[in-house]
Amino acid sequence: MPQISLTLGPLFFHWPADRLRSFYARIADEAPVERVHVGEVVCGKRMPFSDPVWPEIIERLERGGKEVVLSTLAAPATVRERRAVEELCADGRLVEINDVTALPARSGRPFVTGPFLNVYNEATARFLIRHGAATICPPVELSLKTVGAIAVACPGTGFEIFAFGRLPLALSGRCYHARLNGLHKDSCQFTCEQDPDGLAVDTLDDQSFLAINGVQTLSAQVNAVLVDPAELAALGISRLRLSPHGCDMVEVARTYRALVEGRQDPEGARFLLSCLDLPGALVDGYARGEAGSRPVLPA
Amino acid sequence: MSGPRMELVCPAGTPATLRAAVQAGADAVYCGFRDETNARNFPGLNFSPQEMAEGIRFAHDHGSKVLVAINTFARAGGTDPWRRAADTAAECGADAVIAADIAVLDHMAGEHPHTRLHLSVQAAAATPEAIGFYAQAFGVRRVVLPRVLSVQEIAALNRAIDVETEAFVFGGLCVMIEGRCHLSSYAAGRSPNLNGVCSPPEMVSYDEDAQGTAARLAGFTIDRYEPGEPAGYPTLCKGRFKAGDKTGYLFEDPVSLNAGSMIVALKTAGVTALKIEGRQRGKGYVTEVVHAFRRAVDAAEQGYDATEIDSILAGMSEGGRQTTGAYRKIWR
Repeated sequence: MPQISLTLGPLFFHWPADRLRSFYARIADEAPVERVHVGEVVCGKRMPFSDPVWPEIIERLERGGKEVVLSTLAAPATVRERRAVEELCADGRLVEINDVTALPARSGRPFVTGPFLNVYNEATARFLIRHGAATICPPVELSLKTVGAIAVACPGTGFEIFAFGRLPLALSGRCYHARLNGLHKDSCQFTCEQDPDGLAVDTLDDQSFLAINGVQTLSAQVNAVLVDPAELAALGISRLRLSPHGCDMVEVARTYRALVEGRQDPEGARFLLSCLDLPGALVDGYARGEAGSRPVLPA
Repeated sequence: MSGPRMELVCPAGTPATLRAAVQAGADAVYCGFRDETNARNFPGLNFSPQEMAEGIRFAHDHGSKVLVAINTFARAGGTDPWRRAADTAAECGADAVIAADIAVLDHMAGEHPHTRLHLSVQAAAATPEAIGFYAQAFGVRRVVLPRVLSVQEIAALNRAIDVETEAFVFGGLCVMIEGRCHLSSYAAGRSPNLNGVCSPPEMVSYDEDAQGTAARLAGFTIDRYEPGEPAGYPTLCKGRFKAGDKTGYLFEDPVSLNAGSMIVALKTAGVTALKIEGRQRGKGYVTEVVHAFRRAVDAAEQGYDATEIDSILAGMSEGGRQTTGAYRKIWR
């Protein structure tokens, strides 16, 4: 049975530079993942803060034996943001494309398609593979069965599913952190930095529901796809993506490592995750072809 | 005002509405087939292949165009309905197909290279690079602009691309980038991209309790109303929620788009076509809105200013609140 690999996805949240340095140093030293994505995906306005620290983080991760992938913006708009996407696409490392904007600059060389790029079927997947897609991480709302239906038609390409973290559900031109604080996006004061996992959005009846992170809306709940590795392999899924949060991500990675190596069953892995300082309850409805907010079913 | 005359693109959910829109002065009507291939897949709406062929004949006889929306994302392992819809649209003589999925665009470019391709708003192409890619790879001739761009950004975009642009001016308003929003499937299991529906009616409930009425979507409370207060439809992104110490419309107020006052600015920004949202709307509504916008667009072409055009559209508010949306930067 082929081994399932682990990927640490790009960080969605606005963490200060010092926190980024220490977080990725620990990932480099301790997290049992093969691949680590770096770079800003959600908001181009944050890039001046994190851009200066990425080179040393990349060096640290590569020294730790990790394959580094450069993630690009999901909704580039300004001239500066578009130029940043183009420059990252020129890099010799693997690049993650999260918007069609990056395709002309990267076409012909290998790339990862992130969950913000709409790969819903095998015909779209095959088109992108012809242009260089080497790993495809489809939109989060697709079920495992659906990802399997795409993967079976695309032998030789890696398929990765969003297996851990608050789900990236929507992007907007409007910044909700700014709107909540009565500010304009252009002078937002970076209030998103106060919420390292995003800010919880509850319904008027106090149901935990969503989370805001600048222009991004996520689920309040934490998606946790915990299935037998043989089942994943049978579907043609070769990678699990773990999305960085404020909880102990090394423990998260160890738990998934034990799962994919068959040392831990899904139920045990779920128990271990539930003991961590998670920002929300565990859900996995999307993987089962249901509403994404449906809780993980007890075994 | 100089430059080519702007095209007024109007919605039709039924053959009767198509005829009404054409007779009210639509330059083009957009509509879809009665299945999951279009993003307004509601019961009782849309066209059979025969109705589409008849609708296109009627429109052509009256000097209007028909744009066929095949703008959802084809289902993995079951892309045939999308291919069939594209083939049928081309065979019926559609003036253009509006598509978002690379699978549909690729099929159209390969099999029907002589049918015009418009890029749906669901593709969320907002940069010269993205639009250039779709133009180069599939021969896309027009892009329907994401509803998150300001007029200044649209003008800059039009200077950088050589395909036409179409901008929404009236009707429902998505606050999220369309084609990239999973809020509905997260709560209710059905979404625009997968099923052509948002906040599906079969998952809506209005529950009475001591505090009044809770409007819920798949059990999630989207808004609450005092006893006796009229309850609105629980569209997910226009509900009231709590975050931090604040309660309110966190994403968007329950408003609709009316960019009538921006018609002149959009023309100056180089926009080719103006689009009215509302394929789920009835014949009476479409007639009234199309008629008013016909007069407004003609007035803009004749050099009337924004205030005069605004007065033509003054009756178009339906009593609801309206916004010019992202066209003014303050929206962000």
